[in-house]
Amino acid sequence: MSTVVNPGKRDRLWRGVVIATPYLWLLLFFLIPFAIVLKISFADPLVAQPPFSPFFDWTATTGDRILATLDNYRFLLEDKLYLVSYLKSIKIALISTALCLLLGFPMAYAIALTPYPWRNLLLLLVILPFWTSFLLRVYAWMVMLGKQGLINHLLISSGLIDEPLQMLYTDGAVYLGIVYTYVPFMILPLYATLEKLDLDLNEAAADLGARPHQIFRDITLPLALPGIIAGCLLVFIPALGEYVIPALLGGLDSLMIGRTLYDEFFVNRDWPLASAVAVVLLLILILPIMLFQRLQQESDA
Amino acid sequence: MRRSSTFLYSVLCFGYAFLYLPILVLMLYSFNNARLATVWGGFSTRWYSALLENAQILDAALLSLQIAVVSATVATLLGTLAALGLNRMGRYRGRTLFTGMIAAPLVMPEVITGLSLLLFVSLQELTGWPSSRGANTITIAHITFSMAYVAVIVQSRLASMDHSLEEAAMDLGGRPFAVTLDITLPLVAPAMAAGWLLAFTLSLDDLVISSFTSGAGASTLPMVIFSKVKLGVTPEINALATIIIGIVTVGVLIAGWTMLRQQRVNPGH
Repeated sequence: MSTVVNPGKRDRLWRGVVIATPYLWLLLFFLIPFAIVLKISFADPLVAQPPFSPFFDWTATTGDRILATLDNYRFLLEDKLYLVSYLKSIKIALISTALCLLLGFPMAYAIALTPYPWRNLLLLLVILPFWTSFLLRVYAWMVMLGKQGLINHLLISSGLIDEPLQMLYTDGAVYLGIVYTYVPFMILPLYATLEKLDLDLNEAAADLGARPHQIFRDITLPLALPGIIAGCLLVFIPALGEYVIPALLGGLDSLMIGRTLYDEFFVNRDWPLASAVAVVLLLILILPIMLFQRLQQESDA
Repeated sequence: MRRSSTFLYSVLCFGYAFLYLPILVLMLYSFNNARLATVWGGFSTRWYSALLENAQILDAALLSLQIAVVSATVATLLGTLAALGLNRMGRYRGRTLFTGMIAAPLVMPEVITGLSLLLFVSLQELTGWPSSRGANTITIAHITFSMAYVAVIVQSRLASMDHSLEEAAMDLGGRPFAVTLDITLPLVAPAMAAGWLLAFTLSLDDLVISSFTSGAGASTLPMVIFSKVKLGVTPEINALATIIIGIVTVGVLIAGWTMLRQQRVNPGH
């Protein structure tokens, strides 16, 4: 049943299969869906299935075939809810990133200074949370922070407070949750740059009379800068669109944009507006994402 | 320098306590007989028995495992092909777009990926496919985002690999298909295994993209967990979390230990 195929042709076929299969999959399930989001963000919501107006009206006989509308984007600007959500998300993501850096930098530095084989164990302890359920780790903080949670229990039984503190369902809990889940993303790239640091440089500087804070500021920090930027982007980008953490740990008013988008879609069922929210979120993220890609390419080269 | 390293190691200890204390507390409370988190009602495994009788959770766990196995396997195949396409196929038209499409799912917020896939599958009226939303659409979504992770892992292995074996095989007249199958794939097999495991874990853990793409058709384990814990602390979920985290920890420790042993046997890597 074997057919004789010219080997050159067979090689081209193999090359075609290798490239085309994943290419077509991504076109179909990544690029085209995103183009649809873009398209629907310019549509009007309709009470219909699907609940949005068509982009082109092929039945129109006059020149007015394009039915695109900027109403959704105009609404995003007019309704304070969205502006507040975007600004609040940016603020929470920025502050959480800074907190992750404050905690992650000393941790990564300490790991990089630890001799083997202990260093492997410490690294494993940073990587382990990556593999455990993100959702369950966020949930663990509900057990800690709740009105009847462990922290309130300890504070009350030690006599420091009489009434349980409201810690769960606050912005503070959201910051805590983001730092908790994303600090490993900060530690690993920092460790990767700090590991390569030449400690002889520190000693040379010390011999020449530099003080520890000068060594840190003038040698360690500049050399670790690529790791700092990579780590900050790895925390900031996912934190900005975060849904689960504000939904579980935040209060009703903790409207991060990921949550607003989710609610717009599932509660209000306004697909065009949800799409516009997504497009604007992506526009905000494009700059940090491109910066991250460039950094990756530089480190690959 | 002495004082600064004391500071560094204090922060390190604090950091690990911060990372692990909540999980340990959660595990401890899963054995608590009382329903309220604060009151210690004695050691008990009642929440574990309650969990085993909870058909909703068990069904969801089974569904999640099925989706994770299928999507990780397909994602490993597609991701490996993508890595080969980016790293071993030279130049071709549309390569830049390909690189972008591989990298983008890694940084795309989940809510956007979920929304776009839902809008896509909801166009089913136009094409008649897929016939319904549920496990099949969740699986497609999971394949799409996890194949990007597999591609990155396999690609970094391909990039760091010595080309000389493949070139020698080509010079001796090996056809590209046979060379890929007999030489390249065995060399990247560890990266493919790591990619499969990562894809499996990502799929098992995904909540947002699954919620968008499932419609009313199916509930995965994270969706059931989320709907329960949204209302507050649930003892059965504590038990479930203990089981899941226990399995993962043992798995990662075994994998880490094996890798360390291999490094000792084979110090070049």
